[in-house]
Amino acid sequence: MNGSQLPPLLPPSASTVSGELDLLFAYITAISVFFAVGIAVALAVLAVLYRRKPGDGPPPQIHGSTALELVWTVIPLLIVMSFFVWGTDLFFRMRTPPIEPLEIFVVGKQWMWKIQHQEGPREINELHIPVGQPIKLTMTSEDVIHSFSVPAFRVKQDVLPGRYTTMWFEATKTGTFHLFCTEYCGTEHAGMGGSIIVMEPNEYQVWLGGGGAGESLTDAGERLFGQLGCATCHGDQAGARGPSLTGVYNSEVSLAGGGSVTADESYLRESILEPATNIVAGYDAIMPTYRGQISEEGVLQLVAYIRSLGDPAAAGATGAAAAGEAGQ
Amino acid sequence: MSEQAAPRRRNRGRYEGDVPREHYLNVAYGLKSWLLTVDHKRIAILYLLSITGFFAIGGLFAAIIRMELMTPTGDLMSSEVYNRVFTLHGVVMVFFFLIPSIPAVFGNFFLPMMIGAKDLAFPRINLASWYIYTIGGIFTLAAIIAGGVDTGWTFYTPYSSTYSNSAVALTAIGVFINGFSSIFTGLNFIVSIHKMRAPGLTWMRLPLFVWAHYAASIIMILGTPVVAIAIFLIAVERLLGVGIFDPALGGDPILYQHLFWFYSHPAVYIMILPSMGVMSEVIACFSRKRIFGYAFIAASSLAIAVVGFLVWGHHMFVSGQSAYVSMVFSVLSMLVAVPSAVKVFNWLATLWRGSISFETPMLYAFGFLGLFTVGGLTGLYLGTLATDVHLHDSYFIVAHFHYIMVGGAVMGYLAAVHFWWPKMTGRMYSEFWGRLSAGLLFIGFNLTFFPQFLLGYMGMPRRYHFYPDEWQVLNVLSTAGASILGIAYLIPIIYLVYSLRYGPIAGPNPWHATGLEWTTASPPPQHNFETTPTVTEEPYDYSKAIENVAITPGAGPESPPSPAAPRS
Amino acid sequence: MSQRHGPVTAAVITGSMPEMDNDHGPLQHHFDDMAQQNESAALGMWLFLLTEVMFFGGVLTAYAVCRYLFHDAFAEGASHLDVQMGTINTIILIFSSLTMALAVRAAQMSKTKLLVGLLIATMVFGGAFLVIKGIEYEHKWVEHHVPGKYFQYDGPMANQVHLFFSFYFTMTGIHALHMILGIGWMIWLTIRSWRGDFSAAYFSPIEMTGLYWHFVDIVWIFLFPLLYLFGAGAGAGH
Ligand code: HEA
Ligand code: HEA
Ligand code: HEC
Ligand code: CUA
Ligand SMILES: [Cu+2]
Repeated sequence: MNGSQLPPLLPPSASTVSGELDLLFAYITAISVFFAVGIAVALAVLAVLYRRKPGDGPPPQIHGSTALELVWTVIPLLIVMSFFVWGTDLFFRMRTPPIEPLEIFVVGKQWMWKIQHQEGPREINELHIPVGQPIKLTMTSEDVIHSFSVPAFRVKQDVLPGRYTTMWFEATKTGTFHLFCTEYCGTEHAGMGGSIIVMEPNEYQVWLGGGGAGESLTDAGERLFGQLGCATCHGDQAGARGPSLTGVYNSEVSLAGGGSVTADESYLRESILEPATNIVAGYDAIMPTYRGQISEEGVLQLVAYIRSLGDPAAAGATGAAAAGEAGQ
Repeated sequence: MSEQAAPRRRNRGRYEGDVPREHYLNVAYGLKSWLLTVDHKRIAILYLLSITGFFAIGGLFAAIIRMELMTPTGDLMSSEVYNRVFTLHGVVMVFFFLIPSIPAVFGNFFLPMMIGAKDLAFPRINLASWYIYTIGGIFTLAAIIAGGVDTGWTFYTPYSSTYSNSAVALTAIGVFINGFSSIFTGLNFIVSIHKMRAPGLTWMRLPLFVWAHYAASIIMILGTPVVAIAIFLIAVERLLGVGIFDPALGGDPILYQHLFWFYSHPAVYIMILPSMGVMSEVIACFSRKRIFGYAFIAASSLAIAVVGFLVWGHHMFVSGQSAYVSMVFSVLSMLVAVPSAVKVFNWLATLWRGSISFETPMLYAFGFLGLFTVGGLTGLYLGTLATDVHLHDSYFIVAHFHYIMVGGAVMGYLAAVHFWWPKMTGRMYSEFWGRLSAGLLFIGFNLTFFPQFLLGYMGMPRRYHFYPDEWQVLNVLSTAGASILGIAYLIPIIYLVYSLRYGPIAGPNPWHATGLEWTTASPPPQHNFETTPTVTEEPYDYSKAIENVAITPGAGPESPPSPAAPRS
Repeated sequence: MSQRHGPVTAAVITGSMPEMDNDHGPLQHHFDDMAQQNESAALGMWLFLLTEVMFFGGVLTAYAVCRYLFHDAFAEGASHLDVQMGTINTIILIFSSLTMALAVRAAQMSKTKLLVGLLIATMVFGGAFLVIKGIEYEHKWVEHHVPGKYFQYDGPMANQVHLFFSFYFTMTGIHALHMILGIGWMIWLTIRSWRGDFSAAYFSPIEMTGLYWHFVDIVWIFLFPLLYLFGAGAGAGH
């Protein structure tokens, strides 16, 4: 077009899973090409061999062959099962984050990505990350469904309103890569993208510190916690109207209606926005709803703060809990 | 001018008779005789006309999409307009063209004839289904006039239910209404196949076209009501402002996706199964052979219909659904591919030792075999969990389904048009132009959609109005292909219409095919059969079907061929 | 199309069919005999009901999912429904099923007057059901429990209760629509019965309508406990 060489036909491969995914892709492609070309060639050969010639009599009327039917049922079956097994194995590995990933929070909104780092920096439509470090994103949407997609990493996850979804990846190359929203979300869907900037860890530290990062996520949460008056009920003193939030993260909470739930991020979020949905055993449903009063980013900050209040299994549990999430 | 003599001179050995004095087309004239008809053949013609109309509308939208995507900047129209264009393209093509296409036109016309019946079991319901289709279509056209709709053909919530500012409710109601026409058609087919077969026409003697429609009908009556209710709930949600699918109001957006795909995955088999039925007829006829593995092809249609109901979750692998659920849907998606493979191999085996000729319908059948295989195999990339994460909602998906729906289903539809045109109209079309446009279609098609596989793997998301510069080359190729494709669709419209008046007379059985529909005059009489035929043979017995003359279009024996199935 | 009607040279089947009178006689021209026609009608009706099962199945699934998600809110919403009226309606509908079944029998025995009477009774019961339903809707309207702009509910779970009422109105509304269509069709059947169209020899329309009507009743038998009884005892809300 512009005289320069043709663009490459493969996307950059820049994460720990992209190599294996390409390999799986190549494997399926090899088999598909074998069948597609095989069928095309067979078609051509048969068409030439058995084309109608003058003077031909009626061809033999063959009914079929059960043995052949079996062959071409079983062979494709085995082949597709191999796709399934490999694909599923890789898929589970792609969903299970390693221990102690770097956690980053993402809020999707028509039509931008708002990103918050634990340490404080926020960015829009750009995500700076260090190379060689597993990153876990906890994501939610303020309006419709979006999807966070980084082709160079071969990862993608829908971002839903009203709940948290997570994804993780580990970049293996520095550079700038496309970030897309791949779930149709309205007018500017095509513009809801940006870039992932992968940096050397030391550069990343510099980037984090630069530009007046402001307060960290937990600090912001603590400030909100005070502003919204949560402490009036959730003080740690005995006889408080609400349960103590210290150590609640990742604990088993027994509910008034019987049963119990694990207090993960989604549960905490719901407790703040829809407190009436799950009532903690031994308490009344007096907590007001904060829906409409706190933005999704604010909720993320509160959740981060509550998490920082202690965790029954101490450090390392984050990874374990996250591993558990792979099955959700 | 002497329209009678001209074609005669051009065609050696053509059918010497004339069209029958009285047939379904001329028993009555006037608008009323058409709009109030209960004759399945006339209803089929009504459908043929309306479906062609909707195809043109859908194709026009496709042309606009491709024009816009020629440049990366999105300079031809605003994003609002682009989003409406691809949504309407999808809605019109899926609900108003492809789902009704073969069943409502060729199923309606030939299924009763193939089973030796005078009509479908419920002729009035059949007519009603066309009216329902038309009313649904009017709603959708009204939605276009009211500013269009911009949700994508999938109507995902909560975008469609709360956020979109377009005529969602109007379109939703249109699609909802249209669903009932599909239900009525399916119901009519199943009852007719069960209760109206001619004496001697056992299940194992049914043409495979009928089997395919039987399988598709099961999906129509079991799946359509579910999407109807899902889309109805969207309309309710929008009109009343309640929250079934909107989390901000307490609902669950993923629930909608389950309801939608519970129908819309099986619906893809509504689109492909009838086409597969056409393949069996055409391939047997033009290789003059019994279908290889008849029972396996029939059974695989049913297998596809049944297993097809259990795989809907493969559209939701990255939606946040449980990984274990995804795993189950993945393995089931793999299973549903196997019966399709069985069919392809059986068709190939039918060619083996046949006596193959290459008339237009057969060329389309060859196109189908090649393109459906590619489309189906790329479906396996998507059924595989890990690869789908990367490919989901990229142009790879767009390429996958166009390979199956355009390369497969539409090719099957065109094969059917060319195969049965002489029967429906009594006239032959121009074989030269037929072959030419089939070839053009094949080339244009691959040029349009193959680059999209590459774009998809590189990560180009679908439903994008503009895109990064590095993908322009492939997009330009795709647009170039679409231009060829568009021409290849226009040519048949011209020569088919031309043939109505100037085409050589076809005679009852120009292809020397087996099957009860070929034992009637062309065009068939109003009630199909004078006396109910009795069937004594298996289908596709080409050993007896007329001396093995080289078939040239319009060439027929001097006298009507001895029917494969003698009538009592 | 061609205007030429040359002589038919080939001995093909022509279109000359003796025109049958297919509008008034019970046997339609495209069937061979009454048995085939009746069997087709029966199969058609059963398939249609299968479609209906899937149709209601769709809403019921949606309802079940939401009820699971918002258990308490749905119980609270349900407690605002009038169990008494619901029960009365259930009984009325069961009676209408009974009269419908008897109507089919009357047709089978060629008792025209009885048939007409029973059809009217069925319609009266059906009408009564709709009137009571209407009164219930009225109450909801007054209480601002009709979903949409005017919905009002004080309480921590207002959104989910709103959702419950959306389901309530959607499901009972679709059900009522089915009843209205059924009654409309029955009016036509009553006229035909009065004319004496049905007898032991031909009663399949009555029988099919019976199937449909029983189906609509069964749907209600599902809806009633799912919507009304679920919240019973959870609190009085009127
Ligand atoms: C007629 C339409 C049609 C048909 C028949 C199919 C058939 C199949 N489809 Fe496709 N599909 C669509 C239309 C269709 N699809 C559409 C429209 C979408 C997008 C919807 C949207 O989001 O807008 C879609 C999307 C789609 C997805 C979701 C992708 C995503 O959004 O992430 C998946 C995932 O599994 C999938 C899989 C399959 C499979 C496994 C088949 C199988 O049935 C294919 C079976 C066929 C074969 C396998 C070929 C024959 C085989 C051989 C000749 C021999 C060799 C065989 C083996 C080795 C097995 N399809
Ligand atoms: C049966 C279904 C069907 C058919 C036949 C087609 C046919 C075509 N489709 Fe489409 N397509 C879909 C179903 C179909 N499509 C669906 C379901 C979607 C997804 C929508 C969504 O995301 O919601 C889609 C999306 C889709 C996209 C992606 C848009 C996006 O994601 O941004 C593209 C892009 O190239 C495309 C192109 C084409 C082309 C070039 C054709 C060509 O084959 C068409 C060629 C035809 C012509 C060029 C017209 C020929 C001219 C006439 C018949 C006469 C017209 C005459 C007058 C107006 C007088 N389609
Ligand atoms: C009026 C008193 C009150 C206020 C103010 C209040 N809460 Fe609560 N909160 C409660 C009560 C009582 C419960 C236990 C019952 C329940 O689950 O609703 C609770 C439960 C919770 C839980 C679940 C705890 C567990 O053990 O599972 C979280 C998390 C929580 N609140 C966070 C907050 C936050 C954050 C704020 C401020 C933005 C806040 N609350 C303000 C009274 C209050
Ligand atoms: Cu956000 Cu698309
Ligand atoms: Cu699918």
